[in-house]
Amino acid sequence: MKHFVIVAILVAISTLLVKAGLNVARLLPVEASAQAVPIDRLFGVHMWLISFLFSLIVVFMLYSIVVFRRKPGETGEGKHVEGNTKLEVFWTIVPLVTVLVVATMGADALKQTLAVDPQAMIVKVTARQWSWSFEYPDYNVTSTSLYLPVNKQILLQMQSEDVIHGFWVPEFRVKQDVLPGTTKELRVTPTVIGQYKVRCSVLCGTSHALMEQPVVVQSEADFQAWIAAQQNIANASPADRGKKWAAENGCAACHSVDGSRIVGPTWKGLYGSVVQFEDGTTATADDAYLKAFILNPNAKQVKGYALNIMPANFRDKLTDDQINDIIEYIKSLK
Amino acid sequence: MQLVGIVLAALLGPIVLAAVIAAVMVWLSSQVPSAASLPVPKAAAGPSVEKVILTSALVRGLGAQIVGTVVGIGIVVGIRVMLGLPPFGYEPAAVVGAFVGAIFFIVGTGAVTDWFKWALGEETPEQHEEKTNLPVWAKYINVSLDHKVIGIQYTLTAIVLMGIAGGFAMAFRTQLAQSQLKLILPDMFNTLVGLHGMVMIASILIGVAGLMNYLVPLLVGATDMAFPRLNAFSYWITVPGALILVSSIFLGGFNTGWTAYPPLSARAPLGMQMFFIGVWLVGWSSILGGLNLIVTAVRMRVSGMTPFKMPIFVWSSLATALIMLTATQLIGLSFQMVSFQRLFGMGFFDPGKGGNPILFEHLFWFYSHPAVYIFVLPGLGIISELLPVFVRKPLFGYKWVAMSSFGIALVGFLVWAHHMFTSGMDEYLRVPFMYSTLLVAVPTGVKFFSWVGTMWQGKLEFPTPMLFVLGGIVVFLIGGLSGPPNGTVATDLYLHDTYWIVGHFHATMFGGFVFPFFAAVYYWFPKATGRKLSETLGKLHFWLMMPAFWVQSLGQMGVGLLGMRRRIYTYDPALGIDTLQLFITIAGFVIFISVLIFVYNLFHSLKHGEVAVGNVWRSRSPEWQLASPVPAHNYDRPFRVIGEPYDYGAEPATVYVDLNPGPLGPEAPSSMPSGMVPAPAGK
Repeated sequence: MKHFVIVAILVAISTLLVKAGLNVARLLPVEASAQAVPIDRLFGVHMWLISFLFSLIVVFMLYSIVVFRRKPGETGEGKHVEGNTKLEVFWTIVPLVTVLVVATMGADALKQTLAVDPQAMIVKVTARQWSWSFEYPDYNVTSTSLYLPVNKQILLQMQSEDVIHGFWVPEFRVKQDVLPGTTKELRVTPTVIGQYKVRCSVLCGTSHALMEQPVVVQSEADFQAWIAAQQNIANASPADRGKKWAAENGCAACHSVDGSRIVGPTWKGLYGSVVQFEDGTTATADDAYLKAFILNPNAKQVKGYALNIMPANFRDKLTDDQINDIIEYIKSLK
Repeated sequence: MQLVGIVLAALLGPIVLAAVIAAVMVWLSSQVPSAASLPVPKAAAGPSVEKVILTSALVRGLGAQIVGTVVGIGIVVGIRVMLGLPPFGYEPAAVVGAFVGAIFFIVGTGAVTDWFKWALGEETPEQHEEKTNLPVWAKYINVSLDHKVIGIQYTLTAIVLMGIAGGFAMAFRTQLAQSQLKLILPDMFNTLVGLHGMVMIASILIGVAGLMNYLVPLLVGATDMAFPRLNAFSYWITVPGALILVSSIFLGGFNTGWTAYPPLSARAPLGMQMFFIGVWLVGWSSILGGLNLIVTAVRMRVSGMTPFKMPIFVWSSLATALIMLTATQLIGLSFQMVSFQRLFGMGFFDPGKGGNPILFEHLFWFYSHPAVYIFVLPGLGIISELLPVFVRKPLFGYKWVAMSSFGIALVGFLVWAHHMFTSGMDEYLRVPFMYSTLLVAVPTGVKFFSWVGTMWQGKLEFPTPMLFVLGGIVVFLIGGLSGPPNGTVATDLYLHDTYWIVGHFHATMFGGFVFPFFAAVYYWFPKATGRKLSETLGKLHFWLMMPAFWVQSLGQMGVGLLGMRRRIYTYDPALGIDTLQLFITIAGFVIFISVLIFVYNLFHSLKHGEVAVGNVWRSRSPEWQLASPVPAHNYDRPFRVIGEPYDYGAEPATVYVDLNPGPLGPEAPSSMPSGMVPAPAGK
């Protein structure tokens, strides 16, 4: 059966070539978490399997197409073989065993990604259309960028304010959907200092594509310095504080500060301008107007914009002081 | 007072609705001629093309649908006025309007006329006679009970829907060709990707129905499907379904993707409801078509065709039909529940009312995973059916291949939650579903190894159908191999909702359906029309589509691995994937062009194709022992099975079926296979 020998050699060569090709191609982003290690190792196993099985089938096929093609003028039919029960049993049992082995490796890899560190630092993550905010209960700090100390396990406790979102930092590998009405957890242990992005992984509406925010992994010392700076925010100016509250409550997802239109009107030049409504009336955007509008966005429809998009729950989410800070911030955007 | 009003409306509403519908339908049924009652004209000249189109069932149905939509809206307005509500409730009016429109459509076509006549105690002829004064193409826009006509109607509809969905893809892939383009606004983009998905799914369901309906009666020796009127209904209901589905784009669209997860789908624009209704209607076609197929394959085979002497495509079709019949209800149910949440405030998936969005995901995927096996099992059956013909060698391990379709269908019901590994469902579910998911590889592997076993030491020939068969195998291989990384949970935590998944399912869909579908059309076109499709254009179609599809597939998997998410209208330039995205877009355009070449080939060859009335592929299969095009009632008499279906290369040569059995042929008429005896009216 010289055909078999030739094909076997070709399959082996092809497997190695394909796997080498997969190695050389830049396939995955940098591996930047402890959870990524078992995952990337499992990917390696899969790539071997893919290289081998692809080679096995395609080499046999290509060989047949070349060697067993009907040459011009040739008559006759193929070799009259109906089957081979031993072969059938073999290629049922071997894949079955392989599947069970790979599944067990998968279960083990999953277990490793779920390893619990009881000293993990808790970060509360809130998702909404279309932004993230992060809260560090241990430090009484809130932020719109996820700052994390390297080599420490973080326990993310996540909830959505509206629809299903998904928390994903590609370099950390692991992913978790974020649901309304219930808290879902994800553990990540960043291992490489650097700048990454959290990207919402579940289609959540209009600006799903833009729901990306910075993730900054720092040394423990730098992280503590950042925490300290955040805790001093009370000493910042009202406009600076207002900028922070606006970012953390998702205003920036719809209101630009540079004059462009995202979903709602831009805040640049908003303060003091004349606002036109769909019913033909007008108003001046002063402190009283802005406050009333934030508390009750659907009372009147602004010309050119739809109702029922701006959340109507800021009266519950923001304190009076925070709203005043935000108005100061808007004032500063000329 | 309001409570009384609501109760009255709840009781009166359906009664009024039913009464109006019944009255209109009885009136319509008396107006719509059943074909047999038309006189056969003496003159040779037929009506003009315009007249043929305007009096066709299709146009009648569309007109009726418009009327029905207005009636439905009117009913809602009427009820709301009675309740003292503002008359025009946008969403309820649109939903009821769409439903009543669809009902009027199906009545207007005449597809249900015979059933109404039976309900009124009237007799109808068993078979509708063909009107001889109409052009040949007229029967495809009218109601026919002939499975061959219905099969072609299904197939042409599938191609049209493929073109529409492909067009949507051209649009949004243009937007994605470079990062941060602003050609399409995000809400429109989200609607286009969602519609691309669902219209393609509808196209595949309808294409699968086309293949099964055309071929299975011919393969088992029947003159038609078990329930011809049900068959006609199953086809015609897809038309209003598809129209309503696509209408969503004009009614605000929907921003959820084809998976329609709540809470987002509960607050999506009105287009979401049109999406739900369109799918619901097409689902009926699947359920009823599946029923019809099972009865046909189980009860209407010629005697002598024992299960392991059936053509392999019948095995695949049976496995597919079992899924169609039993799983489709779940997507209809899950969509209905979101629809009721929107219309009536029921809190199934609303955490604020004690509901759970994950429940939707379970209900939805319980159908939508087995659905993918509906999509691929027929195509894999086509591959198994055609390979022996072009390799001149038996199908290797026929019995194992036959059983593997059932193995895939069965295991396919046990894996749905692998779509939900990151969903936040109960933790303990993840590992068991991983095991069941990986298990599907075993029967699928049997198919691949059997195909290789069939080719090995064969005598291979490469006309266009064979090219698409081989292409299908390789593409389905890539798709299948990109599956296990999704199945092992830990790696899926990375891959879920990325473009790797998009690459995975496009490869499995193209390999399992698109390529085999084209193979089947190139292969059976001569049987249906008596002409061959152009080999040159066919090869051009293949050699454009195949490399382009590889670029698209590997590109999609590549950008997914690098961090590209699904369903985003623009992407971060920092990902460094702009070049790959451009390649993917260009590849998509090349595929689209190759399909246009195919469509041109289709219509050009109807008039100018090489005449081919005999057994052009030297196939053993029964339908190829008939002349082409297939006679109206298929076989004059039941054929006798005297050999194995795939006994190519036997020395001395054998035959599978004898279409003209002699005196020792089939038994006396009283025990003829039911497919041959005109059944009493009432089927």
